[in-house]
Amino acid sequence: MLESYLSIFINAVFIENIALSVFLGMCTFIAISKKIDAAIGLGIAVIVIIGITVPLNNLIYTYILKEGALAWLGFPEVSLEFVGLISYIGVIAATVQILEMFLDRYVPVLYNALGIFLPLITVNCAILGASLFMVEKSLAFGESVVYGLGAGVGWALAIAMLAGIREKLKYSDIPDGLQGLGITFITVGLMCFGFMSFGGISI
Amino acid sequence: MSDPLRNFFDKVKPSFQGSGKLAKYFPLFDVFENLFYSSDRKTSGLTHIRDGSDIQRIMVVVWLATFPAAFFGMYNVGFQALSALEEINLNGGVFETDWHWPIIQLVSGLNPNNLLDCISYGAVYFIPIYLVTFIVGIGWEMIFAVIRKHEISEGAFVTTILFALSCPPDAPLWQVALGISVGLVIGKEIFGGTGKNFLNPALTGRAFLYFAYPASWSGDMAWVAVDGYTAATMLGMSAQESYMNMSYTWSDAFLGFIPGSIGETSVVAILIGLAILLYTKIASWRIVAGVVLGTMFTATLFNLAGSDTNPMFAIPFWWHMVMGGYMFGLVFMATEPVSGSHTNQGRWVYGFVIGFMVIMIRVLNPAYPEGMMLAILFGNLLSPLIDHYFVSRNIKQRVRVLNAE
Repeated sequence: MLESYLSIFINAVFIENIALSVFLGMCTFIAISKKIDAAIGLGIAVIVIIGITVPLNNLIYTYILKEGALAWLGFPEVSLEFVGLISYIGVIAATVQILEMFLDRYVPVLYNALGIFLPLITVNCAILGASLFMVEKSLAFGESVVYGLGAGVGWALAIAMLAGIREKLKYSDIPDGLQGLGITFITVGLMCFGFMSFGGISI
Repeated sequence: MSDPLRNFFDKVKPSFQGSGKLAKYFPLFDVFENLFYSSDRKTSGLTHIRDGSDIQRIMVVVWLATFPAAFFGMYNVGFQALSALEEINLNGGVFETDWHWPIIQLVSGLNPNNLLDCISYGAVYFIPIYLVTFIVGIGWEMIFAVIRKHEISEGAFVTTILFALSCPPDAPLWQVALGISVGLVIGKEIFGGTGKNFLNPALTGRAFLYFAYPASWSGDMAWVAVDGYTAATMLGMSAQESYMNMSYTWSDAFLGFIPGSIGETSVVAILIGLAILLYTKIASWRIVAGVVLGTMFTATLFNLAGSDTNPMFAIPFWWHMVMGGYMFGLVFMATEPVSGSHTNQGRWVYGFVIGFMVIMIRVLNPAYPEGMMLAILFGNLLSPLIDHYFVSRNIKQRVRVLNAE
């Protein structure tokens, strides 16, 4: 049991890293990675949101949307999977709203640092992507908790590393044509090498 | 002055300087002058530290430190190949030959117990690889130095020898050229040259080839310089069976009489290099100690956990340290000052992360038997973050002290 949780976690952090392997959540990944502190803040926000929404969506999927899930209400042949997308987005939007109010009240520094990007997490494809992968992998509830945390940690690790490297690159001498986004994309590409370490296997 | 070479340099120097005809090519002139004479330029401005040990001297020391590994590597390439040929002949088998073969017949005998035969056989394989690496690598460095107007750095010498030593002996030369190009251009030059990269350029090129052409850069065909002869490396074997049953002993691996990449097999030769690097303080002993501690900790953890299906779990740390590219990576790649951590406490953490990751990859990922390369690249990615943590912690501490006074 523990071993399968561990492999789901490593799989989510390294092999299927949301940012560096399936390239989701790129907009915030590139835009907020100029300062390490903001990147870590956003990374933590994403860990929290994915960590909450994936298990929540798992419950909604298993007990309401899945084919035959409504048997307990007396509708064994009903499948509500066609409202999946909108339900997941609804859950995500609600969670982000609550987190935003919480940060505004208790951690104003982080709230100001994240600025517009916190509401934008609502439409961050990484968050929705994690929920959709969870459905596709047909994870059980416990596994979805681990998978959600792993996906969040992987994305947060990637953006924190990218921010560290971009701060270091301030002292580099980049050719004019590559400055800004160009070198950032090359950097992200090179980062993928470091995250390939557990690739090539399916665990 | 009766020094014709010096006179020649003095004569042509003006045309490379200021408004001279060839001023664009000053970096080229500079590198040749510095090859023969120490530079007369001095650091100016608000420099805090003045030291005779400039980049050129540091790089030449690292370059020399790789020599024991390089020469033993040549010997071992020959030794492994000639032993394999002897075995093939005894069994009455045939082996394929390529363009190396006529040269070998010209310069070398075929006796695996003859030191000279082994070295010349190995040289026929190693020298073309090194030449290609060197010409392509220095070529890129020169092109970028002229266009981007920076100096030609001797860092490229080190990158090329390290890259060449990490190649398997039978590597196709066009792939070698491609690999060093990716390593130097994408890994270093587009960030502004030596000292401005965030990944180790030699490892970047090596990792690129490893993922792009897995057949010739890993697997069983690559490690012995005889076409069509398969031999697993020790890491490849130990993924299949218990390390106790392997045909090589610990001391074989320590001395280096095992198949593997050219420069990585002999721990003894690499330790000589380590001694030079530590004595001259080019390599940080904290990084070395950190990696060793991380390895011991993680390997012991896996030993205690145990596994019935995966024999890698049982390998003790002193075996991990002599197998594969561990020592080579530790001594020459992980301690590279540019891409590693820059703070002293950070170096401990950086080293520990590498030691931890290498064992995790080796043990948990059967698809990649060699974890050192990817572990160091991962460490390189993490090192700016580690530095950031320690620097901001120190700043906070000093502010606290200041406020307390």
